[in-house]
Amino acid sequence: MDVTIILLLLFFGAIATYFSGDKFAAKVALFFSCASFGATLYILNNFNAGLNVGYFSQWINLPKIAFALNADGLSLLMLLLTTSLTPIIIYSSFGNHFESSKNLYALVLFMAFAMCGTFLASDVLLYYIFWELALVPIYFIALVWGNGSAESRKKAVVKFFIYTLAGSLFMLVGFVYLYQKTGSFLLGDLYKISLSPTEQSWIFLAFFLAYAIKIPLIPFHSWQAKVYQKAPTIGTMLLSGIMLKMGLYSVLRWQITIAKATAIEYKNWYIAIGIAGVIYGSVLALRQKNLKKLLAYSSLAHVGLIAAGAFTLTIDGMRGAVLQMLAHGFVVVGLFYAAEIIDRRFQTHEISKMGGIRSQAPKFTSMFMILVLASVALPGTFNFVGEFAVLYSFVQVNIWFSIIGGLTIVLGAYYMLKMFQNVMLGETNEKVFNDLTFNESFTFFLIIAVIFFFGLYPKPITDLITPSIENILLQINRIN
Amino acid sequence: MNSTLALILVLAPFLGFLTNVFFGKKLGKSVAGFIGTTTIVVSFAISVLLFMTSKDTVQISLFDWMQLANFKVDFGFLFDQLSILWLLFVTGIGSLIHLYSISYMHDDENMHKFFAYLNLFVFFMITLVIGNNFLVMFIGWEGVGLCSYLLIGFWHKNHEYNDAAKKAFIMNRIGDLGLLIGVFILAALFSSLNFVDLKTIIQGNAGALNLRWISIAAFALFIGATGKSAQIPLYTWLPDAMAGPTPVSALIHAATMVTAGIFMITRLNFVFDLAPQVQTIIAVVGAITALLAATIGLLQNDIKKVLAYSTVSQLGLMFLALGLGAYQVAVFHVITHAFFKACLFLGSGSVIHALHGEQDMRNMGGLKKAMPITFWTMMIASLAIAGIFPLAGFWSKDEILISAFHGSITLWIVGSVASILTAFYMFRLMYLTFFNDFRGAATQKSHLHESPALITFPLVILALLSFFGGLISLPTNSWLNHYLAPIFSSTAHAEHVLGSTEYVLMAIAMLGAIFGIGYAYFKYIKKQQLPVEPSELTGISKVLYHKYYIDELYMALVVKPLNKLAAFFKKSVETAISDFIFGIGELTNAIGRAGKELQTGSIGLYLFGFVIGVGTILFYLFLA
Repeated sequence: MDVTIILLLLFFGAIATYFSGDKFAAKVALFFSCASFGATLYILNNFNAGLNVGYFSQWINLPKIAFALNADGLSLLMLLLTTSLTPIIIYSSFGNHFESSKNLYALVLFMAFAMCGTFLASDVLLYYIFWELALVPIYFIALVWGNGSAESRKKAVVKFFIYTLAGSLFMLVGFVYLYQKTGSFLLGDLYKISLSPTEQSWIFLAFFLAYAIKIPLIPFHSWQAKVYQKAPTIGTMLLSGIMLKMGLYSVLRWQITIAKATAIEYKNWYIAIGIAGVIYGSVLALRQKNLKKLLAYSSLAHVGLIAAGAFTLTIDGMRGAVLQMLAHGFVVVGLFYAAEIIDRRFQTHEISKMGGIRSQAPKFTSMFMILVLASVALPGTFNFVGEFAVLYSFVQVNIWFSIIGGLTIVLGAYYMLKMFQNVMLGETNEKVFNDLTFNESFTFFLIIAVIFFFGLYPKPITDLITPSIENILLQINRIN
Repeated sequence: MNSTLALILVLAPFLGFLTNVFFGKKLGKSVAGFIGTTTIVVSFAISVLLFMTSKDTVQISLFDWMQLANFKVDFGFLFDQLSILWLLFVTGIGSLIHLYSISYMHDDENMHKFFAYLNLFVFFMITLVIGNNFLVMFIGWEGVGLCSYLLIGFWHKNHEYNDAAKKAFIMNRIGDLGLLIGVFILAALFSSLNFVDLKTIIQGNAGALNLRWISIAAFALFIGATGKSAQIPLYTWLPDAMAGPTPVSALIHAATMVTAGIFMITRLNFVFDLAPQVQTIIAVVGAITALLAATIGLLQNDIKKVLAYSTVSQLGLMFLALGLGAYQVAVFHVITHAFFKACLFLGSGSVIHALHGEQDMRNMGGLKKAMPITFWTMMIASLAIAGIFPLAGFWSKDEILISAFHGSITLWIVGSVASILTAFYMFRLMYLTFFNDFRGAATQKSHLHESPALITFPLVILALLSFFGGLISLPTNSWLNHYLAPIFSSTAHAEHVLGSTEYVLMAIAMLGAIFGIGYAYFKYIKKQQLPVEPSELTGISKVLYHKYYIDELYMALVVKPLNKLAAFFKKSVETAISDFIFGIGELTNAIGRAGKELQTGSIGLYLFGFVIGVGTILFYLFLA
C-alpha cells in the first residue's frame, strides 16, 4: 500500500460527503478523515519497516509531467499532521450548525486532499497544481460560512486569494525557468542541476515571494489577521493549523535546496526576517481586542520563529522547525477551538465582552490554561522541544539571534497571560457560561494528549524526520 | 538506591495533584487536605531514607528525551549530597505547610484546588532539585514558576491578584531567557547538559577552556537566578506575590522556590569558579539587594510585605556568599532561613487568620496575650533572623559576614548594615503586632483567639528548628561542610579558623543586632510611636515607602514604551504595509481604468494612434 490511498480516501471522501446530504455530511466526513488517519498510521508503520511507500507513474508526456509522490520522513510527518488534525477539526465543529453543511465538509476534505498532495508531490507541476488547488476550498469556506457581513468577508477573502495567487505565480515562473534548463519537472533532477549564483538568487526570490506570503513572513502578512477573523473557526483552524505549514515545508523541500547558494550566502538576512516577525507579531498581539486576531498575530510570531529555524541550515534549526510545525499545528487548533467555544456561548470574539469565565467553567479553564502554557512553550509540552532546538540553532549562527528571538518566551508569556486574564479571570460574568460538553472535552483531550505525549517523548517524530533533514542538509552542502 | 523509590518520591505529589484535581471536590475538604498532605509526607519519608542510606552519587536515567545535533538529553535524576539536602527541607517544610493549610484554607470553597496546586508545586520543586541535567531541572524551574502563578492568582476574581500573578510569571521568564542562553552556550561548548558530565569535562580540560564564553554563560545563568531568587533587577515580583494565600508565601516565596537560583549556582559551582568577574558581580548584586530590600522593609505597614522584603534581603546575603565562592555558607543560610522565614510567614498567617484578613500592622497590637504560641514562635524566629546568639540565623549570617570580611571590607559593611536594619524592622514588626494595646475594631477584639493545633504545631516545630538549626554547621565543627564537600571543586572556603578577628566580627554583628532591636524597642514600646499615614511621609521615608519607585521606573522604561510600540505598529505600520501591498493591486486597477478611457470607439482616434505608432517604429528601424 502506498500513499496514494490517502489521497484517494480524502478525494472520494469529499465526493461521498457531498452526496450524503446535509444531515450526515459531518459524520461521513469524520469517517473518511479518520480512515485517512488510520491509513497514514499504517503507511508509517510500513515506512518504518523499510518499505517504499512512494508512488510514481508517467502522467503527461509533453511536457513531461509525472504523478510522482515522494514519501520520506518529512513528507510523511506533514501527512500525519494533516490527517490527524483534519478529523479533530471536523469533530470540533460538531457543536456548530452550518447551512448546507454537505458543501462545507466536502470542501474541508477536498482541502485536506490538496494539502496532502502538496506535501507528497515530487514533480514540480503536480506540486504546483496541488498547491493552488488547496486555495480554492478555503476561499469558499471563508467566503460562504464566515463571520461578519458578507461585504467585509468578501473584501478580506478576495484580497487573500489574489495575494497568495499572485505570489505563487512567481514560483511558477521559477519552475518554468528550471524546466527549460533541465527538461524535467522532477525534484530529483532539479536537485542535480548547477545554477549560477545569479540564477539561484532569482529562483530563491521567486520562491520566497510565494512562501513568504503563504507562511506568512513579515511584511507579507497583511492578509492574515483579517482572514483569520472573518473565516469560520473551522477554516481558521485549517489555515493556521495546516495550510501555513505548506509554505514552511516548501522552504525546506524546494527553496533552500534548489537555490542553496543564495540560502547559504544570505541566511543571516532570512533568519533576521523570521525573528523580526517574532517580535513584530508578539508586540502586535499585545494590543489586539479581538481574540481571533490576537491568535493570528501570535501565530505570525510562531511561524516567524519556525522559518528562522529552517533558514539557519543547521540540523537543530531545521529539525526544531519541523517539530514546531507539528506542535504549533495542534496548539493553534486548540486555541482557536477555545475561541470558538466562547463564541458559541457569548456570540462574540471581542475580548472586552469576556471575562469572569473561570468561576463558571473550571473544566474549560483548565483546558484553555494548558493550551496557553503549551503556546508559551513550557518545558514538558511539545512546543518546548522544537522551540528549544530552534533557539539553540540560533546560537550556532549568532548569539544575538538567540537573545532577540528568545524574547518570544517573555513576550509570548506577556500577551498570552494578559489575554487569559482578560478572557477568563475576574468577577463572575453576568452571562451564563456552561462548562464543556462531552464532545468539547474530548476534542481538547485529544489535542492535549498529543501535546504532553510528544513533549516528553518526541523520539518517534525525531527519528522519523532526521534522515530527511540530513538528506536536505547533504543536498545543501553538496558541491556542484 | 533503586529507581522505584525515586519514582515514588517524585510521583507521590503528582498523584496527589491528579487526585485532587479530578476527585477533590467530591471527596470533600478534609479528604482533599489529607491526601495532599500525606503525599508530601511520603516524599519526605523517602527523602529521609535516602539521606540515611545513600552514600554515593547515583544517576537514574528513565528514557531519552531530546536529541540535538551534538548531544542528547535523557530524562534522568541525580541523587547526591546537594539534591538530597534540598529534598529534605523542601519536603520537610512542605509537609508542615500542607498540614498548616488544612486548617488555614478550610473555609475556602476551592480548598481541593489549593492542595492540588501545592502538590503540583512540590512535584516540580522535586524535579528541579533531582534533575540530572539542565533541561529536566528546567521542567521544574518553569513548573514552580507556573505553580507560583496559579497560587498567587488563587483568588482569581480580584484583578490586582491576577496582575501580581502575571507579573511574577513574566519577570521569571525574563530570567529564564538568561538561563536558556547560558544553557545554549554550555551545550555548544561541551556537547552535554548533564551536570556530572559537565563537571568531568570541565575539570578534565582545565587548561584548554574557553574562559571568555564560560564567563558569558555564567553571567547568563546568573540572570536566570536573579529571576527565580528575586535579586536586582528582577526582584519586584516577589513582594507583589504576597497576594497569594499565606501558606503559599511561606512555602514558595520564602522557603523553597526562591532558593532555586541559589541551588542552580551551587550545582554549577565548577562553572562559576572559572568566572571570577561574574562572581564579583554576583557578590555585589547580592550585597546591594540585601541593603536595598532591607531599607524598603523599614517602612512597610503590611505584615506580609515586611516579610517579603526581608526575604529579598536575606536572599541577597546568600548571593553575597555565592559570589564570594562560599557556597557551603550560602546553603547553610538557605536552610536556616527556610526554618525561620517559614515560621514567620506561618505565624503572620496565624495572626491574619485571627484578625479575619487584616494585614496592616497599624491595626494590630497587643496580640501577645491572646496568641501566646504564635507570639513565642515568631519571637524565636525573629531573634533567629536578627542574628542573636545562639539561634540558627546567628551562625549562618555570621559565616556570610566573615566570608565577606575576608573578601572585601565594603561588602562586609553593606552586609552588616543590612543585618542591623533587619533586626530593626523585624522587631518593629513584632512590637507593632504583639505589644501595647490592640488597635483594631472592638468586634475583632472579642474574637481574638489562638489558632488551632494544626496551625500551631507546625509553628512550634519550625521555631525549634530556628533555635537549634545552627548546630548543623558550627564554625569549628561543621557537619554541613563535611557533608557537602564532594560537591565542590575547591575547598578554599570550607572552614574558618576561629581567630581573634572572627570573635571581634561576631561581637560586632551581635552588638549591631542588639542595637537594631533596642532602637525598635525605644521607638515602638517606649515612645509608642505608630507608623504615620503614607501620604504624610516626606523625603527619604517617602522614597523608601514607595520602594524607590522602581516599579514606576520599570513601568515607564519598559511596559509603557512596549505598549506605545504596539500601538504604533498597529495604527501606523500595519496600515502602511497593507496600503502598500494592496496599493499595488489598486495601481493595476488604475492602469486598467486609464486604458479603458482610451477605448472611446472613435475610429479617427484609433487611426491617429495607429499612424503615430507605425511612424515611430519605422523611424526607429530605418532612421535611428
